[in-house]
Amino acid sequence: MAGSASEYIQHHLQNLTYGKLPAGYERADGTVLQDATWTLAHTGREASDMGFWALHIDSLGWAVALGALFLFIFRLAAKRATSDQPGGLQNFVEVMVEFVDQSVKETFHGKNKVIAPLSLTIFCWVFLMNLMDLVPVDFLPQLFHLMGLEYMKVVPTTDVNVTLGMSLSVFALIIYYSLKVKGVGGFVGELTLHPFSSDNLFLKILLVPINFLLEGVSLIAKPISLALRLFGNLYAGELIFILIALLPFWAQWALSVPWAIFHILVITLQAFIFMMLTIVYLSMAHEDSH
Amino acid sequence: MNINLTMIGQAIAFFIFVVFCMKYVWPPIMAALQERQKKIADGLAASDRAARDLELAQEKSAQELREAKQQAAGLIEQANKRAAQIVEASKDDARKEGQKLIEQAKAEIEQERNQARDALRAEIATIAVAGAEKILETSVDASKHNEMLEKLAAEL
Repeated sequence: MAGSASEYIQHHLQNLTYGKLPAGYERADGTVLQDATWTLAHTGREASDMGFWALHIDSLGWAVALGALFLFIFRLAAKRATSDQPGGLQNFVEVMVEFVDQSVKETFHGKNKVIAPLSLTIFCWVFLMNLMDLVPVDFLPQLFHLMGLEYMKVVPTTDVNVTLGMSLSVFALIIYYSLKVKGVGGFVGELTLHPFSSDNLFLKILLVPINFLLEGVSLIAKPISLALRLFGNLYAGELIFILIALLPFWAQWALSVPWAIFHILVITLQAFIFMMLTIVYLSMAHEDSH
Repeated sequence: MNINLTMIGQAIAFFIFVVFCMKYVWPPIMAALQERQKKIADGLAASDRAARDLELAQEKSAQELREAKQQAAGLIEQANKRAAQIVEASKDDARKEGQKLIEQAKAEIEQERNQARDALRAEIATIAVAGAEKILETSVDASKHNEMLEKLAAEL
């Protein structure tokens, strides 16, 4: 039982991976590859042996599908948007837009056409990806198993690649706006002349590496913490759902229902935090004074 | 926990979604929101203006009513005055007319009396002559005594 339980858990935490296996690689079924081959990984070991040049088809597929769903719904509302009496869909979309707009305006005071739509996309998209966590853990994997796909992880945000992909995009925007607003000199100065500064030129130069170390770490920490916070919360939540699924079926509801209800809060909160931190980081990138 | 190309794929998808949202989702919704805000603001301003207009109109109508009342009162007073004048004037006229009539009547009466007196005088002369004839049993020569008779008539 213990073996099958850990297998069950590991199976649930394995992404559907498509990648390149090198020539001479011995596959799980014992066959040896003649040439380097692009293929679906059959085991977790194969997936990790594929290295960097592999795609998590399930994470990416669900992420793109959910993002497209979000944009489809919002685009539908945007097309029909009227300044007269709004319908139900428009009401909902307007509430979301105004909520995001309000959050952006409270934190970010500059002029930037990107931040508000970016925040809306982050919030809705991350929320939808997190929402997949509330689908019973065996439901979709079982369905795809019937269709012949071995692995299926349906919650994209439990894949650290997905959260890192987003947070690194935000990081790129932070660097871009820092350079754009402060200039190269200003940005470098911000990284090297604070938090310790001195009037003495010699001391100033002496403090540069220390400052750079501190500021550099805090800069790098931004995307990493952004990604790992979301990933960690959702991964843990998913793991607990999987553990609950190990219970006999008649007892599962007693734990899974409270956890799911609690998780409604978590997924919304994590989406909101991701959005808010993005806004905060970008507004910091726009502020000249340190 | 394998870091792989998925990250890049996700970043690309993220970029595309954000650009789409920025170009095709955010602007129309914001435009609709702002337009509605403006509409509501305009509506409120219009209702404010209408309320002010109503107040002004009420004030104006009250003022006009007051003026009209004043005017009417003035007219009534004038009319009363005029009526009094007319009554006074007609009274005057009537009085004058009456006076005239009375005077005319008096003059007529005087005239008639004079006529009557003249007639009487002539009559009396005859009667006196006739009386004197009776008394004297003789005829009186009218022409002889005419002078005396006329004197008598004049004395009457």
